[in-house]
Amino acid sequence: MKIEREQDVVPFRNRVKEYATKINMGLLNQTKLITAASELVRNMLKYANGGIVHIEVISQGRENGIRLIFRDQGPGIKDIQLAMKDGYTTGKSLGLGLPGTKRLVNEFDIKSSAEEGTTVSIIKWKNG
Amino acid sequence: MDRIPILRMGDFLLVTIQIDLYDKLATNLESDLVQMVNKTGARGVLIDISGLSIVDSFMGRILGNIGSMSKIMDAETVVVGIQPAVAITLIELGLELKGVHTALNVEKGMELLKEKIGSPSDESPQDEDSSE
Amino acid sequence: MATSVSKLLKSKKSEILQNWMTNQLKDASLREDLMSNDELREQSTELLDVLLNNINDTNLGEPESQDFEPVSEILAGISISRARQGFSPRETGIYIFSLKEALLIALKNELAKEPETLVNATFQVNKLMDSFGITTFETFIKGREEVILRQTDEIAEISTPVIRVWDGILALPIIGTLDSSRTQVVMENLLIQIVETGSSIAILDISGVPAVDSLVAQHLIKTVSATRLMGAECIISGIRPEIAQTVVHLGIDLSNIITKASLASALKTAFSMLKLEVKSSAQKPKTY
Repeated sequence: MKIEREQDVVPFRNRVKEYATKINMGLLNQTKLITAASELVRNMLKYANGGIVHIEVISQGRENGIRLIFRDQGPGIKDIQLAMKDGYTTGKSLGLGLPGTKRLVNEFDIKSSAEEGTTVSIIKWKNG
Repeated sequence: MDRIPILRMGDFLLVTIQIDLYDKLATNLESDLVQMVNKTGARGVLIDISGLSIVDSFMGRILGNIGSMSKIMDAETVVVGIQPAVAITLIELGLELKGVHTALNVEKGMELLKEKIGSPSDESPQDEDSSE
Repeated sequence: MATSVSKLLKSKKSEILQNWMTNQLKDASLREDLMSNDELREQSTELLDVLLNNINDTNLGEPESQDFEPVSEILAGISISRARQGFSPRETGIYIFSLKEALLIALKNELAKEPETLVNATFQVNKLMDSFGITTFETFIKGREEVILRQTDEIAEISTPVIRVWDGILALPIIGTLDSSRTQVVMENLLIQIVETGSSIAILDISGVPAVDSLVAQHLIKTVSATRLMGAECIISGIRPEIAQTVVHLGIDLSNIITKASLASALKTAFSMLKLEVKSSAQKPKTY
């Protein structure tokens, strides 16, 4: 799914919700996942003018979950460790986006370089 | 561009958010509300977000902003109807909505507002059991 | 040309079944309390039927062959149901391995004159039945795991009751260790109840929590913050002296939270917050 404008955010959230409902994810975990997704999409729009999100249902043993991969061609993040710290921001936000998002999901993986932009991959398990 | 309606009730402004907001709508609401507080000299702002299934840091910031801006203009802000899942998510995210008061529902929010601004109450003194 | 092993097995079906049943029945661990002999015979017949129907000379030595899928399915069904009924792994194992024995005996009797075929066939049957044995165990364990999972859910559910002690006051006794998944359940239950009952005060009693380390404290603080975000107040009660000591030693800051030593004093605080008073009826004459 392509994200180019801020109007894409709400439909995107609805898509994530559809997937989450499909695997019977509980309301609380759904909310956490969608909030996390929303944060990442906003980052993408703000720092990279959009990008592509890949949504999929994954399963490991008996556990189902949802993986979201956010890929953008933006300037990249210089110091990931710094960006993952609470309260750090280059923009004028609260600086909770990345670290907060990490707390909301089960698995969080971020790769970034100036040449290839940033890729963030998150997983939320159904009962996670 | 459509807007979120702002209702006026005496000294208070009442906003009910029923749908998930586009960013633009949210920023519009922020500026509209501040304008309205100025124009009407309202003493309290009550925002009902029971219809919001998601509050991310952006929306949280808007709510915080409204709270702080109103505060400077001498109006208290109460956010009511936060869904349990939303509250937990906000805490995990690290957002505590500083600067705004919270209440369970519109009714309690109104009580809280009246208490906060110590208004010359237009109602008979409250029952002892305010939880009813 | 050597004798077709699969044909031979098919022709000896009733004999194999008889042998298998005898093997099973003579075993000391037979669980007649869990399954009647008739049922056992029925189950065994069905499995043997499907096995022999799907077997042929080419797939005999290939347990991975697609042809055995129906067999694996039946086996899976049997072992899952056995796991639920409370059979032990040994009993379930004997079930499948005694079939192997019966098959091998049939082979031995029939192929006595063709030693080479006998050896080959024995190898193949061995391999095949071992693989079925593994399937059986895998599904048996899976069945058990499901039981455990269900019980975990049930425990999580019953261990977090939310009690309405007064109009507008909820109490939540927490018993056992608070880990993050449990905190989540507790928090969610509490918040949902707050909304449903329109309560403005929640008392979290931790007398039943064995130890409070910094992680548990963090969970408690989160719960309190979430409750406040909803517009209700949260009191933590049941702080035992040991807990007070560890909390201070660990340098955990609970100063933003209303804490009380006992549930009684928490309730008292809650009453005063709601501007309620409890009076002794014996002192009725006293007026003011």
